[in-house]
Amino acid sequence: MKRLTRVGLLLLVVVLVLSTVCGFTLAASKKLIKVGIVNLPPEESGYRQANVEDMNVVFSRENGYDAKQTNTADNSEQIAAARGYIRDGVDYLLISAANASGWDDVLRSAKRAGVRVILFDRAIDTDPSNYEAALLSDMHYEGRLATDWVLNNVPKPINVVLIRGQLGSAAEIGRSAPLLKAAEEGKLNIVADGTGGDTWSLEEARKVVEAAIAAKKDFNVIYAQNDGMAQGAVQALEAAGISHGKNGKVKIIGFDFNRFALRNVQAGYWDADVQCNPRQAGQIDQWIKSGKIPKGIVYQEELILTTDTITDEQIEKYGINADPGKGVITR
Amino acid sequence: MPRLKRRINNLSHLFLPLSVLVILIIINLIKGADYFRITMVNGALYGNIPNILFGASELVILSIGMTLVTAASRGQDISIGESGAISSAIFVQYVLNAGEVTLCTILVGFLISCVAGLVIGAFNGTLVSFFNVQPMVATLILFLGGRSIAFIIDGKVSPILANEISNRIGTVIPGVPIPTPIILTAVFIVVVAVVLRTTNLRLYVEAVGVNPSAARLNGINPKKVIFLTFLLMGVCSAVAGFIAVNKAGRHDSVNLLKFIMMDAILAVALGGNSLGGGKFSITGSIIGAYTIEMLNRTLLRLEVNPEAIKAFKAVFIIVLMVIASPVVRVFVKKFLDEAKTIVARYSVRQTGGLNKGAASITDTTGKKGE
Amino acid sequence: MLSENILKMEGIGKSFPGVRALHNVDLTLRKGEIHALMGENGAGKSTLIKILTGVYQKDVGRIILEGRPVHFRSPQDAQNMGIGTVFQEIALCPNLTVAENMFIGRSRNAFVKWKQMNTKAAEMLSSLGIPASPTQELASCSIAVQQMIAIARAVDMDCKILILDEPTSSLDEDEVQKLFALMRQLKDRGVGIIFITHFIDEVYAISDRITVLRNGELIGEYQTSALPQIELISKMMGKALSDVSAIKKHEPPESDDSVPVFEAKALSSAAGVRPFNFKIQKGEVNGFAGLLGSGRSESVRAIFAADKVSGGEVKINGRRVKIKTPLQAMKQGIGYLPEDRKGDGIIDELSVCDNLILALQVMKGFFKPLSRKQAEEFADQFIKKLDIKTPSPNTPIKSLSGGNQQKVILARWLLTQPMYLILDEPTRGIDVGTKVEIQKLVLKLAADGMSLTFISSEIDEMLRVCSRLIVMKDREIVGELSGMNLTEQDVMHMIAQGGK
Repeated sequence: MKRLTRVGLLLLVVVLVLSTVCGFTLAASKKLIKVGIVNLPPEESGYRQANVEDMNVVFSRENGYDAKQTNTADNSEQIAAARGYIRDGVDYLLISAANASGWDDVLRSAKRAGVRVILFDRAIDTDPSNYEAALLSDMHYEGRLATDWVLNNVPKPINVVLIRGQLGSAAEIGRSAPLLKAAEEGKLNIVADGTGGDTWSLEEARKVVEAAIAAKKDFNVIYAQNDGMAQGAVQALEAAGISHGKNGKVKIIGFDFNRFALRNVQAGYWDADVQCNPRQAGQIDQWIKSGKIPKGIVYQEELILTTDTITDEQIEKYGINADPGKGVITR
Repeated sequence: MPRLKRRINNLSHLFLPLSVLVILIIINLIKGADYFRITMVNGALYGNIPNILFGASELVILSIGMTLVTAASRGQDISIGESGAISSAIFVQYVLNAGEVTLCTILVGFLISCVAGLVIGAFNGTLVSFFNVQPMVATLILFLGGRSIAFIIDGKVSPILANEISNRIGTVIPGVPIPTPIILTAVFIVVVAVVLRTTNLRLYVEAVGVNPSAARLNGINPKKVIFLTFLLMGVCSAVAGFIAVNKAGRHDSVNLLKFIMMDAILAVALGGNSLGGGKFSITGSIIGAYTIEMLNRTLLRLEVNPEAIKAFKAVFIIVLMVIASPVVRVFVKKFLDEAKTIVARYSVRQTGGLNKGAASITDTTGKKGE
Repeated sequence: MLSENILKMEGIGKSFPGVRALHNVDLTLRKGEIHALMGENGAGKSTLIKILTGVYQKDVGRIILEGRPVHFRSPQDAQNMGIGTVFQEIALCPNLTVAENMFIGRSRNAFVKWKQMNTKAAEMLSSLGIPASPTQELASCSIAVQQMIAIARAVDMDCKILILDEPTSSLDEDEVQKLFALMRQLKDRGVGIIFITHFIDEVYAISDRITVLRNGELIGEYQTSALPQIELISKMMGKALSDVSAIKKHEPPESDDSVPVFEAKALSSAAGVRPFNFKIQKGEVNGFAGLLGSGRSESVRAIFAADKVSGGEVKINGRRVKIKTPLQAMKQGIGYLPEDRKGDGIIDELSVCDNLILALQVMKGFFKPLSRKQAEEFADQFIKKLDIKTPSPNTPIKSLSGGNQQKVILARWLLTQPMYLILDEPTRGIDVGTKVEIQKLVLKLAADGMSLTFISSEIDEMLRVCSRLIVMKDREIVGELSGMNLTEQDVMHMIAQGGK
């Protein structure tokens, strides 16, 4: 049996070596813009899947690119991949970092090698001179969109159940801040403040709302920082027989533009959803092709869609993940 | 009489999980006297208790499998969430590709996902029992890679399971007042009870867990028994995945049942089971699972600051585990024994029985026997 | 007689809930004597020792150490006052060195002075005549040497009293002698030694005086030289003399030409036993004799397929059968009580009842569990039949005494109604009373037509029970003895001469 495992291990090593070698040889070519993309793995989230796919579609051979991609959630593997791309002499290095720190050395060596670095989706803690541009989602902006919508569309007094994402994450901080500020200014009350935990969990969100109901809190807004948690919150309302959505008592707002969420908004089952745009590739492509790369941080344009304004085209164009189809409610 | 005594003896190992449960209930009752109140909402029961039963259903099912794996293999399966994500992904794909969704498609899909669970269990079980890999190491493979597999099966999106039957499985069936996941969990527990009653699973698993060498010399094949527990774990994961995906109405390969193995292992431990294998109590684990669910909700009910909620949970669990630790148990037992002997000594003094001659080296009591 | 008392325990009493473990027990230990503490399992020996070592607190009585009354609140207390203990199971760390084992956890200093420690250890080892080097890994020493090192560790704590709880149970004859030499040396230094053993011969070989306990009471204290063996046994058992010696051997019908119940040809196993031939008739009791490591256990394990069978052919009642796993052996009507009761026999956390029905249950199959009621009936039946002392069938077997555990394992196999039962050291580590009971039972079973193989390291026990002995040496059968030739002399002779 020992021998068997040893043979298995050997096979594994051989396969690994072969696959890396193939990976390197496949992608050599002529006259194309050479791009190295360092990204997170698509299975991380629906958002990331859309992001990776967008990169694949835009930075393709047909579009004039010779792109190599490394998708890993390990910061040191990402850095190693970036070094590899610099050695390969890519023209552009696009990075969405797993961890905001530890990148100084790589970025400097890229600069020395004349590789132009564009950060996308995630910022890096480093001197702005170490990269050309960073195309990011402005989480605070998203939070402001949502908070403004709440202030303008919910009848007073506004009593909010806040369901945060992973505490301390950029998205959680940004999406919470405007709401907390509004509460401080007395424009609304936060009657329950919970979290879906590190996994932005549907089940946890459901429990937060159930606890609020059990404690007989009176609330008329659920502010859930992603679509899954909004879904869990609505499940809790449904079970408790509390009305929500277009003609209901509790207004539901989610984030991320999952297509199922947008369909729920469209059907009036929820009220609003805020975009977190995973598609930076188009903008970056335009910068590269035009040769006009801006300096420093650039925020993407992002939307809020509500039951009254939403259209099928928007769902098709901006949504991520599977579309349940028009009129189908995902409970 | 002896039968009754045995019943009470059987209950003694449940002392820990039950006492924890009682503490939590008291805290909740202090917070609100109507804690047990159950109302009817849209024809279904609603209240704290149904919510707990509903919320804990996947955890209960998984902790049953985890109990068996722990007892036989003396280790834990950390890939249960991933295995549930894979088997439910297969279920969803089958249902979405089967055309019109009928009860039959759901049922067939469920059975297929159970087979997938068995395959996953067989994979883990083979590594553990036949290749002697430590359970945690063996299951680490799927823990790390399982979600990618589920993601690929999903076709790289989160497929939506928006059909009426799934919705009913995840919520309530009109006309039935009890939420469906609660019913499914109850049915599952009954099935497990029947299996334990009609087979020698308990005896085999415990014998292998306590002393594999002795078990082997009594005709039991420890490898097969360990393999079997992993197969059962696979089925438990599939059932839990089935319930979870129907509750959510869509398959989120990233987050479905994520990190649930932590709670499942905790449930096993809270249930008074040794994580080192051997004798086990599924009842204990089930109570442990509900206790964890209740603990989570109690912390929310106490409106613990979200930043501190994890720390609170950790502290709470540490305190519980310390209370449950053999050290404390032995100490308490010793204390009780001492109290008893003090009472005994007192009564001895009363009867004046401390009358004893000098140490005589003679055969004093030898004749008594004759 | 002249030497002073170093320890005096007077009127010691101890009760546990529902049980009176000790009642009014005395024990005196003199300076430089070896004092045997005797009694059957459950007599109260270990409770007394645990009180003396501070594990338990006594309910009544006095402990006087060197003329001063003392009270031990913890084992640490007892240790500090010069009472060292060595238990049957060696409580050392096999992967540390000898010196480390002798000193670790003992210095008040967090830092270890390695050099000093090794020199000191070397000194002690040589002064006690222990054949080990301080820097050698403990696991590389023989069990006996490990046992001696444990003693050295205990002795070093300015030990006045040394308690040896069954130190010889896993040693062979030669090793026992070495241990005795060490004990005598300590005795000469004035250490008082309390010695607990199941081997009567050892008591007479080394002890000066004997204290006998029975059922938690003191039976008496005796000069060893003034107490005949048979009387000691009868005092321990509380039975008349005639009872003990009245074991009559069952002589099987002398019909060698009839078909054997079990027959093996050129059987060999992965455990390294040479291919051997073996057969046993209906109603016969035979045995494998030989020294420890001679292959006697490996042979019976091969018969039961406990080790992987690597060759040979097996016939049951003249019919060729395949036995590759223990289960197949069981289904052919073979039962096997293993040598290592703790490691291979009992499932220690499980109840007496579960342990008792285990083999039968496995033979019935996975899908045919006995009902709780049935199982308990079986358990009750055998608890009565073999006089197993247990509070209830649901008590975990680990809380039973060794002898009673062994009876449960015996009952386990009797329940399967085997045609051929192998007993490998069924009486090891068991009190005299149970030993005799088991011997009687073996003969009765044989008289009822069961075939049995009986292995024991006590040769006179085998001579008493077996009608045929297969003598082994160096993993090979060197001969067979039966009838007139079946004497201790002949066996020794054959071992000495056999194997070339």
